[in-house]
Amino acid sequence: MSASVRVFVPGDASALSLGAERTASAIARQAASRGVDLELVRTGSRGMFWLEPLVEVEIDGGGAPWRIAYGPVAATEVEGLFAAGFLQGGAHPRRVGAPEALDWFRRQQRLCFERVGVVDPRSLTDYLAHGGFQGLRRALELAPAQIVQEVTDSGLRGRGGAAFPTGIKWQTVHAAVAAGGADPASAAGTAGAFVVCNADEGDSGTYSDRMLMEGDPFCLIEGMAIAGLAVGARQGYIYLRSEYPHARRALEAALAAARDSGWLGGPPGSGRHFDIALRIGAGAYICGEETALLDSLEGKRGQVRVKPPLPAIRGLFGRPTLVNNVITFASVPVILARGAAFYRDFGMGRSRGTLPIQLAGNLKRTGLVELAFGVTLRELLYDYGGGSASGRPLRAVQVGGPLGAYLPQAQFDTPLDYEALAAVGGMLGHGGIVAFDDSVDMFEQARYAMEFCAAESCGKCTPCRIGSVRGIEVLERIRAGVDREANLDLLQDLCDTLRHGSLCALGGLTPDPVRSALAHFPEDFVAPHVDHPGGGHARIG
Amino acid sequence: MKRSRPNPATAPSDRLPAAAAAAVHAAIDAQHGQPGALLPILHAVQDALGCVPPDAVPVIAHALNRSRAEVHGVLSFYTDFRSTPPGRHVVRICRAEACQARGSRALEAHAKARLGIDYGQTSEDGAITLEAVYCLGNCGCGPSVLVDADDLRAGITPAAFDALLRELDGACA
Repeated sequence: MSASVRVFVPGDASALSLGAERTASAIARQAASRGVDLELVRTGSRGMFWLEPLVEVEIDGGGAPWRIAYGPVAATEVEGLFAAGFLQGGAHPRRVGAPEALDWFRRQQRLCFERVGVVDPRSLTDYLAHGGFQGLRRALELAPAQIVQEVTDSGLRGRGGAAFPTGIKWQTVHAAVAAGGADPASAAGTAGAFVVCNADEGDSGTYSDRMLMEGDPFCLIEGMAIAGLAVGARQGYIYLRSEYPHARRALEAALAAARDSGWLGGPPGSGRHFDIALRIGAGAYICGEETALLDSLEGKRGQVRVKPPLPAIRGLFGRPTLVNNVITFASVPVILARGAAFYRDFGMGRSRGTLPIQLAGNLKRTGLVELAFGVTLRELLYDYGGGSASGRPLRAVQVGGPLGAYLPQAQFDTPLDYEALAAVGGMLGHGGIVAFDDSVDMFEQARYAMEFCAAESCGKCTPCRIGSVRGIEVLERIRAGVDREANLDLLQDLCDTLRHGSLCALGGLTPDPVRSALAHFPEDFVAPHVDHPGGGHARIG
Repeated sequence: MKRSRPNPATAPSDRLPAAAAAAVHAAIDAQHGQPGALLPILHAVQDALGCVPPDAVPVIAHALNRSRAEVHGVLSFYTDFRSTPPGRHVVRICRAEACQARGSRALEAHAKARLGIDYGQTSEDGAITLEAVYCLGNCGCGPSVLVDADDLRAGITPAAFDALLRELDGACA
C-alpha cells in the first residue's frame, strides 16, 4: 500500500470535452513541482456534467477512506487548489464535499452505475475490489436454465429501447441452441450461439452506454460472459459505433485485461472459455437496429432483415443469436450477484429495476441519473435538471431519442415507465431526455425528424426511403400555407404509410416526433413564423 | 455466402501505388481471418491511407471472393468511409436534437458560412473537412464537435468555433 495521496480525475469523453485532460495534466505538473507524492487515477464520470472536470481526493478519515470532490476545476485553478490544501480536503470555492452526499447523487439508486466514476476502468483489481465478477461466480455455480430463470424473474426488459423481456429472449436462444445442438460445426467455426452486444448508441440524448463502457467496461464483459453461459455461446461480439473512440479504448484495454487474467478466453470446460471480439461500426444509425447490426457484423450493408426468423433463432451467420443492449448486459451482474428479487423490488408496474436516465439538451444540470422506474419527467427536468440552461421556460421534451414523441408541459407529470409513456403516445426508449426551451421551433423539429429518417434510412422499405423525403416536402408546403388542409391530410396519410409499411422502428416511428409536434404545437406550423424570436436557434447563456 | 475458390485468372490488376497497395494488403492479411471481415478491412485501409481508394475495391473484393459491386455497395453504404483523403483536419459537427436544443443550428450555419463550404466538403486551403455527425454521446454538454479521431469539444458557440479554427490553423503551421 502506497502512502501517496490518490487523486481522481475522469477520463470520460464528456469530462474530456470539458477540459479534464488539461486539469489532470496541471495536477500532475503541480504535484511534481511541489514534490508531492500523488497517484493520479483516471475514472469514469459521476455523471454530473455541470461539475466536470470533477476532481476527487481520497481522505484517510480514520476508518475507510472517503473522497472529497472539487468541481468544476479548470486547469488554471489547479495551483489554487494545491495552495488551499485540497489534498487534505481543504476549503476552496470549488469544494463540493463528498460526491455521494450531494443531493443529486444521494437520491439515486445506482445499481448498474454503482462503480462508474468510482473505479479505475482499466484496473481489474479495482473491479474485483468493488464487487466485480460476483455475478459471474454465482452463474458458474448454476445450470444455464437457472441463470435464464434468474434473469426472467428479475423482470429486466431490454434497455436498448424496445423493452422486450430479457429473460424470454434468453430462453428463446437457450431453447434454439438445445434444439439445434446436433448441428455440426460449420467451416467458419460458427457452431453454437452468439452473444452480441448492441453498443451502437445512436439516439440523440443518450449516452449511458458510452459512460458505462468508458467507466466500468468489465461490468459489460461480465454481463456478456454470464449470457454466454446461459445460452451456450462461446463467442461474443460488441458492435460499437465509431463515434465513440474513448469507449473503444476502454473496451480494448478491459478485454485484454480480462483475457490475460483468464476471465475470458479460458480453456474449454473451464466455464471461462467465452471470448468477445470488438467490432467498430461506420457511421450508420440504422445499425442500432438489431438485424441491420447483424448484417453489418457479417460484412454487409447494414440493412434491416425481415422477421421472422428472429435473431434468437437464426441470427449472426445463421446461428441462434442473443442481441442485447449495453445497459441490459450491464444490469445482469447485479441481478446474479444479489438475486432476482433484489432487482425486481425496484420499479413500478411492469417496469422493474432501475433505469439510467440521461438528462440532455437545454438543462442547467445535465447528466446521468439512475433511478427506479416511476420518477416523473417534471422531477427530472426541474429537481435534477434545474430547469433550462438558458433561463427561458421549457417548452418541449423529447424522450427516447429521435424516434420519440415531443411532449409538452402538460405531460411533464408522466412517470418514467414503459407503459405510462406509451399511454401518452410517447416512448421511453433508451432513457434519454432532451429538453428544449421556448425558443424551439417545433416545425423545424418535425422537419428534422423526416430529414434524419431520409439520411439514415437503410433503403429497404419504400415508405421509409421515399416517404421521408416526401414528408419534408409536405411539411414545407404546410408551413408555406399551400393547400394547407389537403397537405395536413396527406401528412397524416403519409405517416400512416410509414408506420405500417416499414420493417423497423426508423420508418415506423419517425411519424411520432412529427405528429406529436403537430398535435401539441400546431401554432408553429403556420406561416409566417414570427412568434419565437429565437427561431429554433437556442443559445446557452 | 458463396465460398468458391478465387480464380487466379480474374485476379485484379493492381493499379494502386506501391505504398498504398502494401497498406491494403497488410489490412487484408491482418483482418481477413475473421468471419465478416469486410468492415474491419475497410477501417484498417482507411486508418492507413486516410481513405479507401477506388482502386482498392477490386483488391479487397478478390481477397474476400466477393464481387466488386458488393464491396462498393458496402463501402458506399457507410458514411464513415471516403474515397479521397480529407483535409488536414476533420471537424464533425453534431446535428442531433440534444445539440440543437443547445444552439447547434446556429453553429452549423456559422461554420458553413465561415468556411464557405457545406458538409462533406473541404475548405479551399485544404485545412478543414466539415462533416455532419448524428450524435457524439455528449448530449449534456453541446453543441458538440469532434475534431479528427478523438478530440471531443463541448459548448462550441460560433465564437468558440472561430477559436477552434485558429487553434487548428496554428497546429497546421
